[in-house]
Amino acid sequence: MSKISLIIKREYSTRVRKKSFIIMSLIGPVLFAVTMVLPAWLSTVDDSEDRYIAVIDETSRFHQPIPDKGTMHFLYPPKFQFKDIYKDYHQFGFDAFVVIPNGFLNTVNEVQVFSEAQITIDVKNHITYHLDNIAQKEKLDQYQIEELSTIIRDIQSTHISVKTINLSEDGKENESSVEVTMVLAIVFATLIYFLILLYGTQVMKGVIEEKTNRIVEVIISSVKPFQLMMGKIVGIALVALTQFLIWGLLSIVITTALQSTFNIETPHQEITNITQETIQQSELQANFEKITNQLNNINLLGSLAAFIYFFLGGYLLYASLFAAVGAALDNETDSQQFVMPIMLPLILSIYISFAAFRNPGGDIAFWFSMIPLTSPIVMMARIPFQIPTWEIMLSMLILCCSFILTTWFAGRVYRTGILMYGKKVSYKEIWKWFRYAGK
Amino acid sequence: MIFLEARDVVKQYANHLALNKVNISVPQNSIFGLLGPNGAGKTTLIRIINQITGADSGEISINGKPLKPSDIARIGYLPEERGLYKKMKVGEQAIYLARLKGMSKTDAMKGLKYWFEKFEIQAWWDKKVDELSKGMQQKIQFIVTVLHNPELLIFDEPFSGFDPINTNLLKQEILELQKKGATIIFSTHNMSSVEEICDNITLINNSQTILSGTINGVKQTYKDNLVQLDFAGASDALKNVLNHSFNIKTISDHHNHQVATIQLSKGQTINHLLQNVINQVEIHGIKEILPSMNDIFIKVVEQSNSNKANNN
Repeated sequence: MSKISLIIKREYSTRVRKKSFIIMSLIGPVLFAVTMVLPAWLSTVDDSEDRYIAVIDETSRFHQPIPDKGTMHFLYPPKFQFKDIYKDYHQFGFDAFVVIPNGFLNTVNEVQVFSEAQITIDVKNHITYHLDNIAQKEKLDQYQIEELSTIIRDIQSTHISVKTINLSEDGKENESSVEVTMVLAIVFATLIYFLILLYGTQVMKGVIEEKTNRIVEVIISSVKPFQLMMGKIVGIALVALTQFLIWGLLSIVITTALQSTFNIETPHQEITNITQETIQQSELQANFEKITNQLNNINLLGSLAAFIYFFLGGYLLYASLFAAVGAALDNETDSQQFVMPIMLPLILSIYISFAAFRNPGGDIAFWFSMIPLTSPIVMMARIPFQIPTWEIMLSMLILCCSFILTTWFAGRVYRTGILMYGKKVSYKEIWKWFRYAGK
Repeated sequence: MIFLEARDVVKQYANHLALNKVNISVPQNSIFGLLGPNGAGKTTLIRIINQITGADSGEISINGKPLKPSDIARIGYLPEERGLYKKMKVGEQAIYLARLKGMSKTDAMKGLKYWFEKFEIQAWWDKKVDELSKGMQQKIQFIVTVLHNPELLIFDEPFSGFDPINTNLLKQEILELQKKGATIIFSTHNMSSVEEICDNITLINNSQTILSGTINGVKQTYKDNLVQLDFAGASDALKNVLNHSFNIKTISDHHNHQVATIQLSKGQTINHLLQNVINQVEIHGIKEILPSMNDIFIKVVEQSNSNKANNN
């Protein structure tokens, strides 16, 4: 076995056996699933507690203007006046009361909702919606248009739906979804940012560890410093890919599990038992399938391949810089002033990605997806929007050339740096190491 | 026969000349002391021999052939700045380092078994390095250095951080390795250990070789022709016979005998001295005083520093 593969193997095996790696591998997809499912789940969980709201209609013109909805019950105690229940509404079993004053139609007086606990936005929206409708109808009635109700019914039955369709180069039409594409772009961009940062700093920590342990000279009497550096960088890249693979597999397992729960439950239901709930569930299932379809249409496999390429390219680029910084330092506490300049383009990329979501074809998005330090993240933010292939290829080529360049640069700094102890390191010093053509 | 030779080795760092035409020659199967004050260039020379860094000019040869990359496997190097991965298990780590030197896994296991039994440390195999004391870690480092049976061993300050018991153990092992045929280079400030185990030395100061030879040869060169005479009797009698032809440095009283230090001048021998005093006092013993390596080290380095200052 060649020496560099021994180094790769050590870097890999010591890292994947760490508890933190195993925990991250397991928790990652769960966290991911939770963030995807939690909002949907929360919205289906209804507030189970019934709430009673008294409505005092001072105009006495409307018949039960606000209907019940879910756990919201609106009651119209006929004899009640504002001053009657102002203090005692609790004793009558109400949680809140609404006062519809005379003249609310002309907004002379406001509708008021009284409660002890702040009412939820749902309740407020529900009340506003129905009172708005009444007010609009009243105003329309004042114009005394004939066949008004027919006209209104006609108007209300029109629904325009906008469907976005991508024309691929072979002329095939694919239904796409702006939302799904957007989410995908965000996921890709932030994941790359996160992974580069996580594993890039691991390279730096590894180099500093070898230096502070004083093992580095023992090792480089057996192997070339460049082999040691590359072995570490490649070993950690494999760790990242392994973690990514585990995340992928677990996510597929979890998704399939979720999918089959939806599928299994429906046939078990008695046909006569079709409740509101099962209808909601089959709607959810339909939505789920729709999203899956739309995901398929975004050329998920191609995007994944690009993701792995840009992750590896970006990682190699940054990892070699992190390795050079690690070699220059004696301990981690000094790292801040050198880590910041490396972090800046990473952070900048995230900001530019947000611009790229809004305008994936724009100049800013284009140029920053070509500049190597920002391209991995910005390009991944653009790829789900189906940008021209040549742009992706060009960006890949530039990235490839630049990581070869930074690795060469880092190798030179690293070689001198790892044997320097107790020296206050400046940028000038690092430049000297680079210039100094050690053999 | 010369095993390792360095000829006119020059190494220039950005703003400092680390080695200026340094020469060393290490005889086969000898223990060679590479001496010099801090910053003299010892570690740089050792790094060049280990091919960690390259020389700007000059030549290094092993057995008469120029040093080549594969020679790394023939060298065992214990650096001054040495350590181990803290979180890695002892056995696993030893195998890893041995394999980096080009050993197969089975050979490494076999060698480690031998050394672990010899030092009676089999119980450490599955321990993590940070569970071991510093002395224990040094033992592991020593084993890793010698495991691949290198023909040339280089120890840079091997005894720093060792307690006297382990220092002694290490010395014994180094001597045994020499018996088995290894050539050993020793870089240290510890002059008493140099005297104890080295055969040859080279002294480097300010990037230049200023002294080299066998221990005995060096001592002969730098001796002050002093003789120590232990005797009983009247010291005045001694003074009377010697004062006109010999230079008596000191005479001191020890409780039942006296000790005189006498400097012989050119042409004089101990025999001459004895002939003069043998009828005057009762002689308990006589010996030549050779300078310690420590004295020589200080003397030579100071001389070379003042020369340099004068030249400047």
